[in-house]
Amino acid sequence: MALRTASGAPARLPEAAPAKRGLWAWLNKRMPIEEFVSTQLTGYYAPKNFNIWYFFGSLALVVLVLQLVTGIFLTMFYKPGELTSFDSVEFIMREVHWGWLIRYLHSTGASAFFIVVYLHMFRALLYGSYRAPRELLWLMGMLVYLALMAEAFMGYVLPWGNMSFWGAQVIVNLFGTIPGIGPGLVEWIRGDYGIADATLNRFFALHVAAVPLALLLLVALHLVALRQTGSNNPDGIEIKEKTGADGKPLDGIPFHPYYTVKDVVGIGVFFVLFALVVFFVPTFGGLFLESPNFEIANPLSTPEHIAPVWYFTPYYAILRAVPDQRMGALLMGISVVSFLFLPWLDRSPVKSMRYRGWISRTALTLFVISFVALGYLGLQPAEGRYVVLARIFAVIYFAYFWLMPFYTRIDPVKPVPERVTYHAH
Amino acid sequence: MADSAITADDGVDLSRRKFLTQATIATGAVGVVFAAVPFIESWSPSERARAQGAAVEMDISKIDAGQMAITVWRRSPIYVVRRTPEMVARISGHDGDLKDPTSKDSDQPAYAKNTLRSRSAEFLVLVGVCTHLGCLPKQRFDAGELYPSWPGGFFCPCHGSRFDLAGRVFDGSPASINLRVPPYSYPNPRTLLVGADEKGAA
Repeated sequence: MALRTASGAPARLPEAAPAKRGLWAWLNKRMPIEEFVSTQLTGYYAPKNFNIWYFFGSLALVVLVLQLVTGIFLTMFYKPGELTSFDSVEFIMREVHWGWLIRYLHSTGASAFFIVVYLHMFRALLYGSYRAPRELLWLMGMLVYLALMAEAFMGYVLPWGNMSFWGAQVIVNLFGTIPGIGPGLVEWIRGDYGIADATLNRFFALHVAAVPLALLLLVALHLVALRQTGSNNPDGIEIKEKTGADGKPLDGIPFHPYYTVKDVVGIGVFFVLFALVVFFVPTFGGLFLESPNFEIANPLSTPEHIAPVWYFTPYYAILRAVPDQRMGALLMGISVVSFLFLPWLDRSPVKSMRYRGWISRTALTLFVISFVALGYLGLQPAEGRYVVLARIFAVIYFAYFWLMPFYTRIDPVKPVPERVTYHAH
Repeated sequence: MADSAITADDGVDLSRRKFLTQATIATGAVGVVFAAVPFIESWSPSERARAQGAAVEMDISKIDAGQMAITVWRRSPIYVVRRTPEMVARISGHDGDLKDPTSKDSDQPAYAKNTLRSRSAEFLVLVGVCTHLGCLPKQRFDAGELYPSWPGGFFCPCHGSRFDLAGRVFDGSPASINLRVPPYSYPNPRTLLVGADEKGAA
């Protein structure tokens, strides 16, 4: 019996929202796909004044995927072991279809990863992206960097060339300088009385399983922390503090489509440069793949000159600059972990280098020069003027970090604008 | 929901519950520590690696005076130098330039804790691994080979550590201690046994 109103017209029941139908609705009822896209991509507001320095975060993610994919394929042909490693890499290079390409993508990818990550870190130094409230974002990123260093080091040992062997020997022996437990610890890491089959196999397990899992987890945490605070920007202003009537930041634009499209351009340029290296200079003049590594590991023959791959050489130069072994290893360790303390060392009232004075600008410039110079010196023999120069640049390197609480306080800063600097194109 | 939270009013002994929670966590933590032992121990040198680390013999009668021979013990090169009296003479006179002239901070058996760092003046037995970071020092036995006052010894190409003809480290080297001396003995005058001495195998 139909209900009727007083006038006799059929009553209309309040209509429920039209039930969504179809596969998309079915999926979204069970997984928050639409919600994820709207909160994390189309509804995630990033500052509108990003510049070229903001390409490198997404590029790092692209290189990570490249390394995972090429790495998985390499494990299909690589055989870890003292007697098999070197030959299996030769096999990949000469007999596996496109094996040379997959390996060169992976080896070039390792260097590309560090180039991208160093530029990404420099961006943070330039615009104060490590400052409150982004301390944890910075720390997560630094943990990614440390995991990446471990991953790269162990990956370099796997081809079992002579530089793999002697690099492993030098790096593992660094742990021997720890007072008391050092020698026992070194034997435990190696699993033998020297760098041996046992060492190679455990490095393989760590390189292909343990560290990549840790890396993925840390990258995820890095992005979670980023979602909480939002990106910094070249002006070092919090865009969340100036919102419109709709509650959205006035100086923000949705990450998708604006920055996804921008990042695609960056990825395109990156792959052009990347391909040039892979196809024309895969060893990059001995910087990406060192020539002693084209010989099999020989425990009875040290290469004339041991140098790590370029991305470790700034720290290696610091290690060698110190005439005492324990102190050298300690200072090398401090030079890496100093980055972790930046959020608390920087006392400047402004974040971005745009509004800092000449002291901060000079300090950052000197730091970059010393980092590059140490990188060069780490590739040179440890003798004569190279050691003297390494000592000078090491002092500048440490001064940048540990004098920061003082020089950032007396730095003559400029007023920071209310809104971000932005010129429409 | 606050109203459904358990409070002392519900007749629950909260301190007892807290104690039980903490006891469970503590027991679990102890269990995790014990469970970690096999995994950590698995990284120690295997029985096979230990067996392959047994003592090695070397015929030293064929080494010419002033020459060095190399054998391998526990994956490390062992340098055996047959020093001439002239080389032995060059070991003295530069104690002031050494970091540890009396080998008090260095690693060697008691019978090698002397100026020549050996059981006899003639044969020097060293672990040929730089005490800095493990490279192989190269022989630079001739006087003046590195610089005019160089008394002869070993030079590490990796980080520039220098050692004299007794394996003692010079000042200004990144290595802090002298080259190691392995345990060794002479079962007969022609034979050197590296890795074992009167006290037994290392």
